[in-house]
Amino acid sequence: MRKLSNLWWVALVLCGLVLPLLMTNPAYRQIAVYTLIFTACATSWNMFSGYSGYVNLGAGVFYGTGAYSTGLLAEHLHMGGNGTLFWLVPLGGIAAMIIAIPVGLIALRVRRHTFVVITIAIFFVFQLTAINAGWTGGSAGLPLPFIPWQASYYQVPFYYVTLGVLIFAVLLSAGVRRSRFGLQLLAIRDDEDRALGLGVQVAAVKLTGFVMSALVIGMGGAIYAIFQGQIYPQFAFDPIFDITVALMCFFGGFGTLVGPIIGGLILESSQQYLTVTYSNGSLYLILFGVLFLLVILFMPRGIAVYAREYWTRRETKAQADQAALAVGGQS
Amino acid sequence: MTTLLSAKNVSKAFGGVHALNDCSLDVAQGSITGLIGPNGSGKTTLFNVMTGYVKPDAGSVSFDGNDITGARPNKVFGLGVGRTFQLTRIFARITVLENMLVATQRDESWLRGLTRSKSSPTEVVAAMEWLDFVGLAKLAKLEAGSLSYGQSKLLELAYVLVANPDVILLDEPAGGVNLTLINIIGEKIKALNAQGKTFLIVEHNMEFVMKICDTVTVMHQGQDLVAGTPAEVRANPAVLDAYLGGGEDDDDVEELANG
Repeated sequence: MRKLSNLWWVALVLCGLVLPLLMTNPAYRQIAVYTLIFTACATSWNMFSGYSGYVNLGAGVFYGTGAYSTGLLAEHLHMGGNGTLFWLVPLGGIAAMIIAIPVGLIALRVRRHTFVVITIAIFFVFQLTAINAGWTGGSAGLPLPFIPWQASYYQVPFYYVTLGVLIFAVLLSAGVRRSRFGLQLLAIRDDEDRALGLGVQVAAVKLTGFVMSALVIGMGGAIYAIFQGQIYPQFAFDPIFDITVALMCFFGGFGTLVGPIIGGLILESSQQYLTVTYSNGSLYLILFGVLFLLVILFMPRGIAVYAREYWTRRETKAQADQAALAVGGQS
Repeated sequence: MTTLLSAKNVSKAFGGVHALNDCSLDVAQGSITGLIGPNGSGKTTLFNVMTGYVKPDAGSVSFDGNDITGARPNKVFGLGVGRTFQLTRIFARITVLENMLVATQRDESWLRGLTRSKSSPTEVVAAMEWLDFVGLAKLAKLEAGSLSYGQSKLLELAYVLVANPDVILLDEPAGGVNLTLINIIGEKIKALNAQGKTFLIVEHNMEFVMKICDTVTVMHQGQDLVAGTPAEVRANPAVLDAYLGGGEDDDDVEELANG
């Protein structure tokens, strides 16, 4: 039980598959779609930042690029409001990857706090561009083709597409974790110069990880754009997004495979739910804050790490007890 | 004996401080070369220049006939020059075995890392053999951060060795570890040298240096002062002057005079 066994993963996917059948309220289905988008983005963010230790607070650049490239492609290709729009999702991801190359080349020249600050600065450059450039529609926003699906059905295709993207993100993250490349990212996190001295081409490895993490986050932005039907620069390039994705990973377990899934599922769904239920007097913000503080207070390294240590302790204790029992039986 | 690794007339200044000043050093193939000198005489800077961590202002570094002046550390390591650090540097939050695996690739391209798994069976076998060699095999599954200082030093030696470099630069292998472990490290170095590995060792422990090194170079104020066998170096009055003139390192002087 120290690592989620395959059975648990299958159960988790099955739950994901049947959830929309049980949950027919469109408001809840909408929460589910957002939760999946954020969980996928958090997983992908963690695949670079969690493994390498380079905390990227400009993930909104990828998200917004995915959203805007989707909107602009739909507009210029004169696409209709139907399921074919989903073909733009991988393209949004690829657009984000292309943008990630120059961004990474600049930001990855520096480390630690400087890296964090640079990513934030680059993020605002993108946001301001989206607000001020003519071809983005400016602050009036960019409309996407309206999809005339029934309100009771509208969320379902989005749900399954996003679930697919999330599964892809988790598989990618697990694959990286098992690869030599992933080991190199972990080595960079622990001591970058030492890794360089052991033959790790750190600059290339870091850039590759950075660009790879852009793929799913860009796809998330693309789904968001189609789902919303209209995107605005301050929401597509949202600083709250940067922070939320990072917080989800810290909450669930920074640098672990399941951490972002736990963090994303709990934080986004509870935030959305609390927003809907206790929107009066911003009570939801207080509840959300309390939940967050409790976890940080009692499980500072995240839920996943805490759980793993808890199980290890229990196993060790059980073994010790058994050993003691055996000794007791002999005497 | 042919020269395997050499620095020629290397100079390096940090601001106004001349850490290296026209310094030269030859490491003969198959030798254990010692590098001693008072604190601040530029030993570690010379290491950094030779392994690509610091670019020299002037002079050249060559390895096995190739000019490696200013080459990046990963390139230098790929060619076959391994090193350890004065303050032991291991990867604290991955396991001991994973620490070993980081080094196994040596000059593998980064693209290959994307498509291959973390380890191959042969790499694990090689890694375990070296861990066994330094006596850490039982701790392979442990997170490296939980090792003691001495164990970390042995791990650092092991993961440099797993990449099979031709020459190994050790920065104070005996620093801060107990006498038993110093002797173990000394034995390991001797054993590896017998198998054909070349060593360059910076060390303040004179007894250790005099016992295991074939030749010793003394550095003083960024320059190579004297080079010779341990006996020759010990007898050279300029060496004593360097240590006394350096002032602060009295222990070394006594050891040098007595040892």
